[in-house]
Amino acid sequence: MSNFASCLRQLAKLDMVNPMSKKILMCGNEALAEAAIIAGCRFYAGYPITPQNEIPAYMSRRMPEAGGIFIQSESELAAINMVFGASLTGTRAMTSSSSPGISLKQEGISYIAACELPAVIVNIMRGGPGLGNIAPSQSDYFQAVKGGGHGDYHQIVIAPASVQEMADFTMLSFDLADKYRMPVMILGDGILGQMMEPVEFKAETKPAIKKDWILDGCKGRKPRIIKSLFLKETALEGLNLKLQKRYKEIKDSEQRCEVLYGDDSDIMLVAYGTTSRISRSAVEALRKKGKKIGMIRPITLWPFPEEALKKLAKSVKSFLVVEMSCGQMIEDVKLAIDCAMPVHFYGRTGGEIPAEDEIIKKIESING
Amino acid sequence: MDKIFEKPESMKDAETHYCQGCGHGIVHRLICEVVDELGIRENLIGIAPVGCAVLAYDYWNFDVTEAAHGRVPAVATGIKRSLPDRIVFGYQGDGDLGAIGTAEIIHAANRGENIVIIFVNNMVYGMTGGQMAPTTLLKQKTATTSSGRNQKMHGFPLKVCELLSVLPGVSYAERVAADSPQHIIKAKKAIKKAFENQINGLGFSIVEVLSPCPTYLGLSPQDAVKWVGEELTKEYPLKVFKDIK
Repeated sequence: MSNFASCLRQLAKLDMVNPMSKKILMCGNEALAEAAIIAGCRFYAGYPITPQNEIPAYMSRRMPEAGGIFIQSESELAAINMVFGASLTGTRAMTSSSSPGISLKQEGISYIAACELPAVIVNIMRGGPGLGNIAPSQSDYFQAVKGGGHGDYHQIVIAPASVQEMADFTMLSFDLADKYRMPVMILGDGILGQMMEPVEFKAETKPAIKKDWILDGCKGRKPRIIKSLFLKETALEGLNLKLQKRYKEIKDSEQRCEVLYGDDSDIMLVAYGTTSRISRSAVEALRKKGKKIGMIRPITLWPFPEEALKKLAKSVKSFLVVEMSCGQMIEDVKLAIDCAMPVHFYGRTGGEIPAEDEIIKKIESING
Repeated sequence: MDKIFEKPESMKDAETHYCQGCGHGIVHRLICEVVDELGIRENLIGIAPVGCAVLAYDYWNFDVTEAAHGRVPAVATGIKRSLPDRIVFGYQGDGDLGAIGTAEIIHAANRGENIVIIFVNNMVYGMTGGQMAPTTLLKQKTATTSSGRNQKMHGFPLKVCELLSVLPGVSYAERVAADSPQHIIKAKKAIKKAFENQINGLGFSIVEVLSPCPTYLGLSPQDAVKWVGEELTKEYPLKVFKDIK
């Protein structure tokens, strides 16, 4: 626990909050919830689980004020299926949970993907497998980006790395979910959910997308059906190919990442979310010593920023993937660069967090 | 000459996929007649279950979605809370409602969600090949109880209306049957009352319809109907379990 506490201190290097600015000091979970309200989310269903409990608590207060619906559901299964129901009426809908609860939601996420419904699902990851613990982790990467539920589908996965991004990316998630009519997962972790930082909320500026596919009673139009059963093989293959075409479009246009010292680095760190912040500190410390170290931070984990990695692979000598897991994202890094050069790994697991000096030691061992 | 009988507008002109003597077609039609009579077709969202009735939208001429197995009441909750002025009903079988979806039905009922659930109880999993349902009678033979349902191994028939009627959130619970013309007329009245309750904002209503499944009872359609009326009603009495109005 001492490691967790020291990392929290390390991460929360807060600016003095200026009373004249629009910045508010908030924890990540609450910033995310408020941003959802600003984005027009008017339906939230969830079930208590640590470390995301601030989200349902905040929603229970704010949703009624905003004229929306908050339901504390009987289970994660019920919550995701309530979101399914709300979404098919055209309502912007969200659920949140943490790792074991997200496992339970996978059935519903698969149905949401099959029925082409927009939905935002928040996973504030904790240590696993099993009941694991309530300390932060990134061990649900595979589940989030490789499908999780049954069938040939994808969800967009977005990884914030600050309280500000918890807010900004939540708004982005609702826009992407509506645009592509599919589930979007915000993949945070216990640190991002719990820590407090100043956040400035932006107004929703994107015009609402007209939804001409919803179920709201067939007055003045032909009845509609929203379903995922396609008994004819050709019909189901047709749906899957249609989804794949959309996924290709997303891969072509929605890859997002941040690159630090991309022009002259020998070793490029690859890290997302919380580990990207610790990795950034390690990179800056080594840069001060004149070492040519950089970092790429994937923001979208699906679609994975393959293009940026391919470009970097032309100039760097090796990659070092840093994760709070036993090594999951590393597979996508290797795939993106076609295993053209060494891809090293440093990870801590079970709720342990890689410390800056551990990462530096690993980098030096590669250099040496 | 006055027209005295026609296909409801809420019903599509479709060939049935149900087996001979199956009760689903009757229940589908009763819902459609009620929807037409109440004038709610264009203000309605129905939810089909997983099971034999998954294709209900092939027959219903109004907005319909399809829920994952057992999740009808959760989906209905999401729809109704988002669109409180629309009429929302779920259609569920005995495996869907009484086994995999018990949490969802109990909590939707306990929250007093202002929805209608039509529960078609035919004592068996039809679509998957006639396995034991939670409502299967003791001694009844099924694909997974080849020597008959034995309480020591398989537990007892689940009484859904009896269970739900004790919850304060439930405004109306009645068990009816789709065997004889008299019972079918009563079933329609019950379904109509359930929808009227929702229109009047009274909360959760459930109508359980005992329904014949000749295929997996191993009986002729005539004998299956007779079995529902004479045998099944001994274990599952037809009655109003709760009516707050």
